[in-house]
Amino acid sequence: MSTVLDIRNLTRVHGSGEQAVHALRGVDLAVASGELVAVMGPSGSGKSTLLTCAGGLDQPTAGEILIDGNDLTTLSRNAVAALRRRRIGYVFQDFNLIPALTAVENVALPLELDGTRARAARKYAEAALLEVAIPELADRFPDDMSGGQRQRLAIARAIVGERGLLLADEPTGALDSDTGEAVLQLLRDRCDQHGIGGVLVTHDARHAAWADRVVYLRDGVLVGQSGPLPEADILLETH
Amino acid sequence: MSIKHGLLALLRAEPKYGYQLRGEFEAATGSTWPLNIGQVYTTLTRLERDGFVQPASGEGDGDGRSRYEITDAGRAELASWFQTPVTRETRPRDELAIKLALALAVPGVDVTAVVQRQRTSTMESLQELTRLKRGSRDGDISWLLVLESMIFAAEAEIRWLDHCEAMLARRRRTSGTEDHRGGTQDQSAGTPEATGQSQHELGAQR
Repeated sequence: MSTVLDIRNLTRVHGSGEQAVHALRGVDLAVASGELVAVMGPSGSGKSTLLTCAGGLDQPTAGEILIDGNDLTTLSRNAVAALRRRRIGYVFQDFNLIPALTAVENVALPLELDGTRARAARKYAEAALLEVAIPELADRFPDDMSGGQRQRLAIARAIVGERGLLLADEPTGALDSDTGEAVLQLLRDRCDQHGIGGVLVTHDARHAAWADRVVYLRDGVLVGQSGPLPEADILLETH
Repeated sequence: MSIKHGLLALLRAEPKYGYQLRGEFEAATGSTWPLNIGQVYTTLTRLERDGFVQPASGEGDGDGRSRYEITDAGRAELASWFQTPVTRETRPRDELAIKLALALAVPGVDVTAVVQRQRTSTMESLQELTRLKRGSRDGDISWLLVLESMIFAAEAEIRWLDHCEAMLARRRRTSGTEDHRGGTQDQSAGTPEATGQSQHELGAQR
């Protein structure tokens, strides 16, 4: 196993002076390939900020964010964007699908934006839809799908291509319990069978329990962890 | 719940040997309640004394053991058990609730740290239960029901701990104190330093 995501001493401060809000305070978090890590904490504890920084969607105030060894904080904006498109998949609570595109077009879009030819992108997209068990919905529009189907579609878009890191922000928040568990099964399988690293932000303990490790944030600080420590080679790798 | 009623339930369909009852009891509860054979035979002896079971007619097995069958009185007892809800008042007192109540009452205890340690432990149990659920077959419906019961209980305990933490935080804010320690106030309560773990140990994992 190798480390897919390595966050070191991450600090994010919004505003300045007396108005400054410390969203994250010196957080360290590493995620190995094949590992699913859940992040729990009350509202305002910094969970989503951690995820957006990890995915290069927000710039930290201090610290390092290494993805496959590349530090996002030192890369150009274009390089971060390219790394995001190729290596990072996002799943959001509200799906963030494009309503004017069909399911297969939604999934193929990030590949096409990254230069993959349309026919090849569609082929990869169809394979991803098959993997999340909705191949028959390829030509359907998101608005004509159920919540569970839309989240499966969002996961297909997140895993298409050669993604090594999957970031999911409350992916089951808009789903009923059974559908939510089916989505977690998909995320879990993706990590187990394809060796990608996953970070799952959730407020739901039942869903967090699908992860290998659960870390707790409070006021921007990691205050605890449940689950086994990673294997020794991961512990030693970057020392 | 008692072993007594569990054995009566298993005997309802047909007479069985003690070792059969033990195996079927553990299969039905997913081995969450392991029984030793001594417990089974002690319980059968008591059930026979109370007229709820009796040795079945016919030959025993090769080792001289007899099968037991349920009596009419046993069937009535079993029906009554199924018809009577389990009330919360009959369950054991909740040690965790008592522990937190005492932690608040006793000076010098970092309640936030107690909550976090318990949450960590309960989550590890919930993770293990979830692994068992993922590994179980759809056909194991009895076992899945027992498992789900334990999952719901663990989930509820974590939600309750979250609620306790939020209540403590609210109380700190309204009272203007930094922590709930029965006299000693410490800003680091609940942080990794207070719980004896470093940030590196918690998250870095490298």
